Amino acid sequence: MANEVLIEIKDLTREFDGDIVLKGIDLIIHKNEFVTLLGPSGCGKTTLLRIIGGFDDPTSGSVLFDGMDLLKVPAYRREINTVFQKYAIFPHLNVYDNIAFGLRMKNLPESVVEEKVRRMLKMIRLEKQAKRNIDALSGGQQQRIAIARALVNQPKVLLLDEPLGALDLKLRQEMQYELKEMQRESGITFVFVTHDQEEALTMSDTIVVLNDGLIQQIGSPVDIYNEPRNRFVANFIGESNIARGKMLKDRRVEFEGHVFDCVDRGFNEDEEVDVVIRPEDLKIVSSGEGAFKGFVDAVIFKGVHYEIIVMVEDREYVIHSTQNANVGELVGMVVAPSDIHVMELGV
Amino acid sequence: MNENIKRFSYPYIVWISIVIVIPVLLIFLYSFIQSTGEPVVFRFTLQNYRDFLDPIFLNVLWHSFIIAAISTAICLLLGYPVAWVVSRLKPHRQSSALMLFILPMWINMLLRTYAWITILSRQGILNKILARLGMGPFHMMYTDFSVSLGMVYNFLPFMILPIYTSILKVDGHLIDAARDLGASGSHVFRKVMLPLTMPGIITGVTMVFLPAMSTFVIPQLLGGGQYIMIGNLIERQFLLTGDWHFGSAISVVLMAFILLSVWAMKRFDGGGSQAGTAGKGALPW
Ligand SMILES: Nc1ncnc2c1ncn2[C@@H]1O[C@H](COP(=O)(O)OP(=O)(O)OP(=O)(O)O)[C@@H](O)[C@H]1O
Ligand SMILES: [Mg+2]
Repeated sequence: MANEVLIEIKDLTREFDGDIVLKGIDLIIHKNEFVTLLGPSGCGKTTLLRIIGGFDDPTSGSVLFDGMDLLKVPAYRREINTVFQKYAIFPHLNVYDNIAFGLRMKNLPESVVEEKVRRMLKMIRLEKQAKRNIDALSGGQQQRIAIARALVNQPKVLLLDEPLGALDLKLRQEMQYELKEMQRESGITFVFVTHDQEEALTMSDTIVVLNDGLIQQIGSPVDIYNEPRNRFVANFIGESNIARGKMLKDRRVEFEGHVFDCVDRGFNEDEEVDVVIRPEDLKIVSSGEGAFKGFVDAVIFKGVHYEIIVMVEDREYVIHSTQNANVGELVGMVVAPSDIHVMELGV
Repeated sequence: MNENIKRFSYPYIVWISIVIVIPVLLIFLYSFIQSTGEPVVFRFTLQNYRDFLDPIFLNVLWHSFIIAAISTAICLLLGYPVAWVVSRLKPHRQSSALMLFILPMWINMLLRTYAWITILSRQGILNKILARLGMGPFHMMYTDFSVSLGMVYNFLPFMILPIYTSILKVDGHLIDAARDLGASGSHVFRKVMLPLTMPGIITGVTMVFLPAMSTFVIPQLLGGGQYIMIGNLIERQFLLTGDWHFGSAISVVLMAFILLSVWAMKRFDGGGSQAGTAGKGALPW
């Protein structure tokens, strides 16, 4: 990934009738980057995307594109194409004409249009349906047409608003892979919206976690997964055990009545903190050995691993382990210092 | 469930046959017979139709078509932008704006049309205003202009309403998508809005063209006694001349002509683009 800045969003806000939906977004998107906006429903993902696409204006703030003010450019002249959340396929055009729409707007010769559209149709495996009407197609096929219709224009940026939302699991995984391939081959910058954290983790170069109109964290999938900055991110990305604790000093945290070594620094002395431990980082040992202990409450077989719920007093810990455990058994748990993630207290 | 609906529709079917089907059949029958002698004898004939082939009558038909077509075109050119503007208003404003266009229809059509006489006549309001500005007086009454104006005024709501409805049905995301793909304002209109609202346009054109082609009140009031459209011709056969057979024949010709026009328009839409497929189900035929 080249480190050239393509889009620079500064202190962007958007208000709808007194309802503040974006509360000051600062974001830099690089050339050829696969950026994912991840967040729960209603957090403002579509709103942010619509502002970049040119379908909505911010209340305040700026968006630069290649250093130029993007907000002054009308949507139809932006080198940006969008895959809309609800497909927005033209119902009066067939599959072929839908995909050709953007190329024809550029007045390309019909032979060029034909060649490009054919290549797209092949890629989305709808060659045979080229002359079909849209209403004769399944939701998944429509979604692929929406992707092809945008991608065929070879824009500098492709905005995708939950493009895989309507697909079944298998097709979804296939398309995740294909989209990632397309992005790598074409060198187009993707801004991808999803509320599926797994999708975000597998596909992105950079994940932007949004909640309630504010950016919670920006980072690579590994960073976000391993070093969630706050309780919201930790909860939203993957399963987590979050315990209330106290930072005694650098690299020393106390929770569940024990003092643990950790790798975090920079907190105030005795600052109250949240401690995050991923389920796969907790290990079950005999009750004598563990740093803290509890009773096994439930064991669920998940295929690759067992999910073991251990109650420590009235608090629940989830453990993913390849080893089985017996319900009702008293067990001890250990965790490596580097797997203890200390965060500022969440709200 | 289905059976129930069927049963409820029987009274409707009976009603329709009494008020529509039987009169139409009677007109058909009348147009093909001649009554002669005393006592009256009916016999089959094509003479009524042959009579109509006279250039005078054909000219009336042609003139009626031109006036109706021009009025319909004006209604479309006025109605589409109006429907568009109304559809872009805030929802609570839309119904009051529509009311503005529907309200005049609550007044009797004769009264509304008479009102135009006081506006357009030589000593009318319009000429008085123009005189103040040092212009005129203009001869406006009893012309193609006054007749077309009367038609546009009376039938405009029938154009606005179906187009407005079809504009509302267009998903706003499609307009976003068109702009996203590089369509400027005029392209968005030509490539997306126009084809998607075509069902509304066709309904509107039909609903204006039908009455414009066959009306006799408007040409009578605003065109005067000398102004004959096909509707007046039919009226005269029934009320003045008393030749019901010839009157029926003209009615059948008019009906055939209108059906043909509607069919031609439908063909035009189906052939001109693939646009029709989107809303075919919404068409009234
Ligand atoms: N045009 C609008 N008028 C008023 N409120 C709006 C408008 N568009 C969006 N909102 C509000 O802004 C908030 C964020 O909406 P947005 O569509 O950006 O969410 P999202 O993150 O895309 O959610 P989802 O995952 O459900 O698509 C919502 O509370 C929504 O009701
Ligand atoms: Mg959304």
